Amino acid sequence: MQLKPILLFFGYKLVRLALLLIAVAVLTFGMMSLSPIDPVQAYVGADMLQISAAQRELIAQRWGLDQPMIVRFWDWFGQIIQGNWGTSMVFNQPVLQVIGQRFQVSLQLLAIAWLLSGLLGLVLGVLAGAFEGTWIDRGIRLYAYTLASSPTFWVALLLLILFSVSLRLTPICCAAPPGMLAQNVTFWQHLHHLLLPALALSIIGIASIALHTRQKLIDVLHSDYVLFARAQGESLWGILQHHGLRNILLPALTLQFASLSELFGGSVLVEQVFAYPGLGQATVQAALRSDVPLLVGIVFFSALFVYAGNTLADLSYQVIDPRIRIGGRRTT
Amino acid sequence: MLSVSNLSVTFKQYEQGLRRRQLTVITELDLDVKAGEVVAVVGASGSGKSLLAHAILGILPENATVGGTMLFQGQPLTPSRCQRLRGKAIALIPQSVGYLDPLMRVGQQVQRVAQLNGLSKPAARTAVKRTFDRYDLPPQAERCYPFQVSGGMARRVLVSTAVVSHAELIIADEPTPGLHPEVVVETLNHLRELAQEGRGVILITHDIEAALLVADRVAVFYAGTTAEIASTQDFAAGNLRHPYTQALWRSLPQNDFMPVPGNQPNPEALPVGCLFSDRCPWMTEACLPERPRLRTVRGGLVRCIHADR
Repeated sequence: MQLKPILLFFGYKLVRLALLLIAVAVLTFGMMSLSPIDPVQAYVGADMLQISAAQRELIAQRWGLDQPMIVRFWDWFGQIIQGNWGTSMVFNQPVLQVIGQRFQVSLQLLAIAWLLSGLLGLVLGVLAGAFEGTWIDRGIRLYAYTLASSPTFWVALLLLILFSVSLRLTPICCAAPPGMLAQNVTFWQHLHHLLLPALALSIIGIASIALHTRQKLIDVLHSDYVLFARAQGESLWGILQHHGLRNILLPALTLQFASLSELFGGSVLVEQVFAYPGLGQATVQAALRSDVPLLVGIVFFSALFVYAGNTLADLSYQVIDPRIRIGGRRTT
Repeated sequence: MLSVSNLSVTFKQYEQGLRRRQLTVITELDLDVKAGEVVAVVGASGSGKSLLAHAILGILPENATVGGTMLFQGQPLTPSRCQRLRGKAIALIPQSVGYLDPLMRVGQQVQRVAQLNGLSKPAARTAVKRTFDRYDLPPQAERCYPFQVSGGMARRVLVSTAVVSHAELIIADEPTPGLHPEVVVETLNHLRELAQEGRGVILITHDIEAALLVADRVAVFYAGTTAEIASTQDFAAGNLRHPYTQALWRSLPQNDFMPVPGNQPNPEALPVGCLFSDRCPWMTEACLPERPRLRTVRGGLVRCIHADR
């Protein structure tokens, strides 16, 4: 019944996604071509010394490196579209396979951090907003500002020093005890290894979600409809329950989906500190060891991931906000 | 039912760091309302009309201090008593649909008021149905969000919030601006009906014509004081006591259509004497040394030393 606007929405989003990916492809290719990485050398690696200049020339010619940039771009882009994303040199596996495996490991980390930062951020934001100006508010704001201005890897290191080195509560690295086969790892061991990285990662999101929620709640509490609710004899708790949460949930949800991009970026740093074998760590390895196919694959994948997060945020408004859901229907 | 005397409202403000400033917005306000009557409060913006409503309900901002006395049913309105009474014995009908939660269905919002008045959920639902029925709101209006209801329907929904509460005193704050004339009359009739049921109604408005249509008495506010409280008949009968009320009456289109020259005094720099002195045609030396007290002249109250001439 309401199929047409939904199809239109997704059609529009898909067109934008295609445009975005094309732009990402052009930029990535341009930067790759201009970077000091020599593709032949990156491919051959340490055996470079055993290869003569003529052989090098031959490889370059075979790969089409002597062609103009535009021609090379179309060759490369055609392969990407056909699903040939190349082979990762670091992992010696097809790029798509590496991304798939690594993302599965990261996904648990991202999901826990995402939920944790959303919930904690919301609770802290509501507390600070409801008790604006009191010491509760000041304490939460201080905490949020401090977190927002600390570099993630530094916070991760501090957590590691405190919980793993001094208190010995959590393992110091990796996703499983070292030297253990994957099938022998229990669920609890798994969770135990996941805990600290997830906590470190969630800290990135908490500050911004708490501060945004606080501001929004303060706006709501100063609105005319809350004044009227007070005139009706509603208590602070009643106002929060019936009007506050309802009105801050939408922006909070949008923020929550939009924060996926920040989390993804943060996971690169956090996974590196905790040596957690996820996609973030793979990114660092690919970059440090000039693994161009993998790096390009990750760039595309992260663009897709972030775009999906933002689209979900947009979609949540369409589904939840009655002013858009019903109001939009009336006009179209 | 309600008797306000010598009310003052002062705001504490901080300017440039820690220097504190006191801003007295209401200086000496007097008003009384009996059960079964509509008292209109008229005045220009900044005369303290809405602040009076907020003071009676106890919902002024935290930096405000209230002086003077407010008696409701013979007992002083202390902050804790305000908190107990507001929404139950004293209800507000706000200005516009903007005072409804934009994300809550209107039926639910009216039902919430009924529940705050101690009704159980099913009883509250019945009360909403009955009230919506009384104001010719279609049953599907209950499921509408505030942005979906028309201006006239919104007015009736707002009136419903006061009616489900069984409040004895109803304060309608500017209920008519920007409305279609028919809706204005309809809204005013609703207020009249509420008074006929034995409630006291305060109609706050800057529209004297609307006030005269429905009110029993009219209180004219000027710069945070009560300039005059006259019965509605006094206007047409030419029995007005205060020069400001007379000027307002003359400014109506059907009369001389003459605007009142000048502006209300700035609350930061109020004159020592009569607040209206700088715009008053009757001003003499005697008006300047002190503020005139509210006194009875020809059956009405007036704050002017020349009123009985």
